[in-house]
Amino acid sequence: MALTKEKIIGTIYEKIGFSKSQSRDVVEQLLEIIKKALASEENILISGFGKFVVKRKRARRGRNPQTNKDLQLKARRVVVFKTSGVLRKKVNTGL
Amino acid sequence: MNKSQLIEALAKDQDLTIKNAELVVTHFFESIEEALANGQRVEIRGFGSFKVKNYHGYKGRNPKTGSIINVSQKRLPFFKVGKELKERVDV
Repeated sequence: MALTKEKIIGTIYEKIGFSKSQSRDVVEQLLEIIKKALASEENILISGFGKFVVKRKRARRGRNPQTNKDLQLKARRVVVFKTSGVLRKKVNTGL
Repeated sequence: MNKSQLIEALAKDQDLTIKNAELVVTHFFESIEEALANGQRVEIRGFGSFKVKNYHGYKGRNPKTGSIINVSQKRLPFFKVGKELKERVDV
């Protein structure tokens, strides 16, 4: 079973003792702060976890693999995540 | 924006003590870490999803010296950006 936002809200509720609705509000607001920062090209650095970085991609020629037609891909901005070494180790323990 | 700036911003927006905001941020990321450490998927609508990808080990070469090295099997978290975040970042 995947971890969802609802389960994270449940953890906040149990561990901090906020009401259910406050737990939901703080988690939603936390996500909103992160999204707003990234939308304004501000990176998010969480030590021990990783970083969310906004990268600018240049326009390039591409091809639709289904129709084989050439097309122009516009310049765009994307979010990439880089896992911290600490988390990478955690994920690999017991391998 | 780093973790402590995130904690401050959350405390201000939600009228929380720094201590409580810190607990929220810590529990949030720890839940994700724990899930990934157990090989579990994480799905946060509007933000993105994490999953752990398995990579097989292989024999590689050190491009500088040409010597053969063993690259062992590994797992790596992988983040896929959610629709809302993707659209908000790409303006």
